[in-house]
Amino acid sequence: MSEQKVTALTPFDQNLPHGAGHNASMMRNTAIPFDAGMIEHIRVNLSAVERRIDTLKARRSVKKKWQAAWLLKAISCIDLTTLSGDDTPGRVRRLCAKARQPVRPDLMAALGMADRPITVGAVCVYHEMVSTAVEALKGSHIPVAAVSTGFPAGLSPFHLRLAEIHESVAAGASEIDIVISRRHVLTSNWQALYEEVKAFREACGDAHLKAILATGELGSATKIAKASMVAMMAGADFIKTSTGMEKINATQPTSLIMMRAIRDYYERTGYKIGYKPAGGISTAKDAVQYLVLVKEELGRDWLEPTLFRFGASRLLTDIERQLEHFVTGRYSAAHRHPMG
Amino acid sequence: MSTKIAEIFDSMSYGPAPEQSDYVTDWLARHEGGFDLFIDGQWQAPEGTRNSLESRNPATGDLLASIAIAGPADIDKAVAAAKKAYPKWSGLSGHERARHLYALARLIQKNSRFLAVLESMDNGKPIRESRDIDIPLVARHFYHHAGWAQLMEQDLPDYEPLGVVGQIIPWNFPLLMMAWKIAPAIAMGNCVVMKPAEYTSLTALYFAELCREAGLPNGVVNIVTGAGETGELLVRHEDVAKIAFTGSTDVGRLIRRSTAGSGKKLTLELGGKSPFIVFDDADLDSAVEGLVDAIWFNQGQVCCAGSRLIVEEGVADSLIEKIKHRLSNFRLGSPLDKAIDMGAIVDPIQHQRIDELVGQSVREGAVLWQPDIPTPEKGCYYLPSILTDVAPANIAAREEIFGPVLTVTSFRTLAEAADLANNTRYGLSASVWSENINRALEISGLVKAGVLWINCTNQFDAACGFGGYRESGFGREGGREGLYEYMKLRDEWQPSGRDIIEAKAAPKAQSKPHDLIDRTAKIYIGGKQKRPDGGNSLPVMDQGGKLIGLVGDGNRKDIRDAVEAAFKAEGWSKSTGHNRAQILYYIAENLAIREEEFAHRLSRLTGASAKAAKAEVLASISRLFSYGAWADKFDGLVHNPPLRNIALAINEPLGVTAVLCPDRSPLLSFISLLAPHLAMGNRTVIVPSQRFPLIATDFYQILETSDVPDGAVNIVTGHRDGLADVLARHDQVDGLWYFGTAKGSEQVERLSADNLKRCWVNYGKARDWSSPKFGEGRQFLREATQVKNVWLPYGD
Repeated sequence: MSEQKVTALTPFDQNLPHGAGHNASMMRNTAIPFDAGMIEHIRVNLSAVERRIDTLKARRSVKKKWQAAWLLKAISCIDLTTLSGDDTPGRVRRLCAKARQPVRPDLMAALGMADRPITVGAVCVYHEMVSTAVEALKGSHIPVAAVSTGFPAGLSPFHLRLAEIHESVAAGASEIDIVISRRHVLTSNWQALYEEVKAFREACGDAHLKAILATGELGSATKIAKASMVAMMAGADFIKTSTGMEKINATQPTSLIMMRAIRDYYERTGYKIGYKPAGGISTAKDAVQYLVLVKEELGRDWLEPTLFRFGASRLLTDIERQLEHFVTGRYSAAHRHPMG
Repeated sequence: MSTKIAEIFDSMSYGPAPEQSDYVTDWLARHEGGFDLFIDGQWQAPEGTRNSLESRNPATGDLLASIAIAGPADIDKAVAAAKKAYPKWSGLSGHERARHLYALARLIQKNSRFLAVLESMDNGKPIRESRDIDIPLVARHFYHHAGWAQLMEQDLPDYEPLGVVGQIIPWNFPLLMMAWKIAPAIAMGNCVVMKPAEYTSLTALYFAELCREAGLPNGVVNIVTGAGETGELLVRHEDVAKIAFTGSTDVGRLIRRSTAGSGKKLTLELGGKSPFIVFDDADLDSAVEGLVDAIWFNQGQVCCAGSRLIVEEGVADSLIEKIKHRLSNFRLGSPLDKAIDMGAIVDPIQHQRIDELVGQSVREGAVLWQPDIPTPEKGCYYLPSILTDVAPANIAAREEIFGPVLTVTSFRTLAEAADLANNTRYGLSASVWSENINRALEISGLVKAGVLWINCTNQFDAACGFGGYRESGFGREGGREGLYEYMKLRDEWQPSGRDIIEAKAAPKAQSKPHDLIDRTAKIYIGGKQKRPDGGNSLPVMDQGGKLIGLVGDGNRKDIRDAVEAAFKAEGWSKSTGHNRAQILYYIAENLAIREEEFAHRLSRLTGASAKAAKAEVLASISRLFSYGAWADKFDGLVHNPPLRNIALAINEPLGVTAVLCPDRSPLLSFISLLAPHLAMGNRTVIVPSQRFPLIATDFYQILETSDVPDGAVNIVTGHRDGLADVLARHDQVDGLWYFGTAKGSEQVERLSADNLKRCWVNYGKARDWSSPKFGEGRQFLREATQVKNVWLPYGD
């Protein structure tokens, strides 16, 4: 076919080199002025989104060695989380130990990864547990994330929500998972949502801000996309689906909607925003499907902890079992893997 | 493979994901000697010298099997087997047939993975598609039609099966097309001789094994393999009552011509050049995925592929960039790999055809874009392709490519989008993308296509009708509308020789009319009485041979003008049912005022008794009332596919229609054939009884005083078969009803093949016009309309 004209593809070139160095050089998002024009055009057709998800599950399949490698990648993207009223320093220290060494060394060796130790993406706790976690993770380069701003409802006094961010940053949290005021979305008060997230972002300083949209409470696919765009305009480093406390938490259709908003924002501004689905992702199979979705919709660059995280507490155990099955050919049991 | 996990961890590549196929290969190995023909429930070697076809895997070029070619003696045997099985099969209760269909559905499900793998090996389509789309729909079709078999006696009591049905299917959805054909046919009590496509017969042959396993009576389903010649033998076989064909428009035309006049019922599901319309308020990312499912589904080898992207200018660049980005992530590869988007083209011949059409399009000025993605070194693969700068006259905008090639055109307004969408000889399907329901529904009404998908594409279900407008064919498959293709109204036609009122041959003229002021009826075009173009008149005699009037001798130019007037009267097709009812009642009212005059005229013309003549006028008035009643009551359906969706089956007018009337019951048959067209919104050119045309020319004044819009009815008197010839050849005529001789019926059907207009002819048989059962009603309405299925998935 001599007439063939191949247009070079930017900005989604799939063949860029990857690795820490590349990602470290990434520009951090800064708030851009509120621009209603960036949200007016947004339209989401939910049934088409659902069809895309249904077929994507069947369009891509990762098997054998590839599956093992992808599951290791999933582990490196987990925000290992404990958000319970009964959390104690002892419990958090145990979690941090798991975060440092999420997979048994013998399994890592069998996977040919003995010289490539991996950790989870971060440890995610309430403010009171931040200092414990920071202490427990010292030297590991694993960041500590704090849920903040009146998590999970976000209805405490505004100045206290800002103060909460300041306190957690001071305690050593390098990532802050804020919750937005859902009422701003439900009433389509986008300017107010922008101002709120922007203020949170300023309070974060150098710490990265993850904006939790609580998508299960927003009521419409198009509003999820618009809220995503506003949060990014206001300077969010990540957008995140859920607190894990809503009736509906992360779903793949919601993730597709948010990822497409991320792509749109990137095309318009050049900033790469991270994505974090949270709540309800508990199986290795789910995790691979999410990674496939990320790769297909955002590209290879996003398959790193700098741009993608799972908010999950139970997921790791299932992945460990699947990895052991890959190594031994036998189905594994949870008690064979050190608990977190 | 030596790739290390650590390397994959860095590259995050997908790796191979092959579907297991050894058990299918084993089955093929067991048939190494070649497949025979499945006739009368047995595997039978072809008669005489064995000729065979080679079935190859298009992804590898490997030989899969050798397949027998059925010759004339084999087709005779297969048809005879079906004919022999027919009395018993059609005599079973609906419930008994339902159990057979149910058993087939269950067996298909139990063998679903085998069938999917075999289909992908034979056809080249991705295993994802055969596994998740084709085979589940196959099973669904048998389940759904098991239900129709169960319900037939209760729900369709006036209908009976046709007999032996010949079915010919294409290679793009081998098993699915087979299910679409066989399930409704046998559910309604017919027996089948099926010819699968020469490239892809294997799943049909496996299905034959399932028929045996299910205990289907011998001869109900016969499967004969071969190429076009085998199909032709089936088409021409005199014991076949119906041909159902899916394939190219060219072959469809040949079949229309070769079955003309035979009385064989015919459904044709042919080619397309379907539009994919994207408005600026669409969810563009979803529209991109829609396009993937539209034109890159099954390598674009889909009759209803959305091959023409028609996009609102303001978002065109943005959408094209998104498509290109998506295609750059496309994965081409082995059909049995579970992680590919597109598999192999069915055959090198098809590949070559795609290449030639694309090459010519580029020479005509189009710009080709293809992604820079890996293509397997071996096998029959074609990159997904986009052609931009495609002028409306470019070959790629007009010809069905049947490959993964999209053309792009932009539009400014909704009306322009509809015009571009309709600027084609085809009318199979359309896809419309907009988040504004007003826009989406408005354009759904404007686009001439049998299936319309709003914010989705290539959705299929057994509960919904599928089939085309224009040169995409006629007839529907699926849904209630699809059942009528496999049934007939019991005792619809009177056997010849049992005529109700035998129209006597016109006696010789004996005298000139002297009891009238010289009055030559003109022809009626566009609401005006006009002199015939040729300036000639025809005499009209009474039963005594006395000349009682002259009518215009219409010619081809009068037909041209009449069709033109009908075409322009588009407002009638858009008017409401209520409005059309009012006018039909008004016509009836005005006829009632002149009841005596018409009765007298009838009596004089036909020699009918005063009583019989009066009865015919009264029946005509009643008939007009019937269609006044029907005008706002021939409702469509809301189908029920398994999806969060509204699927509307809308009865739309054909458009411009032509009617050629019989001599029998000249007023009543004229009214019986005109009124359904008026009621359904067609604009009609009607040729009244050649023997008794005065009954229609008297009618001009009634039309003129009944507010019938100009051009909605046009009446041309003259020689029926001569005018039928012109009308059958006319490309602006969408439907034609002919009630005359057997020879005339053959002529009309044969000539209609050029634009594939819908025909309804009597094959020279008589009809009891006085009977409400056979003289009016739903059958007439169905023949005057075509069903458009509109799919509207919803959710926010």
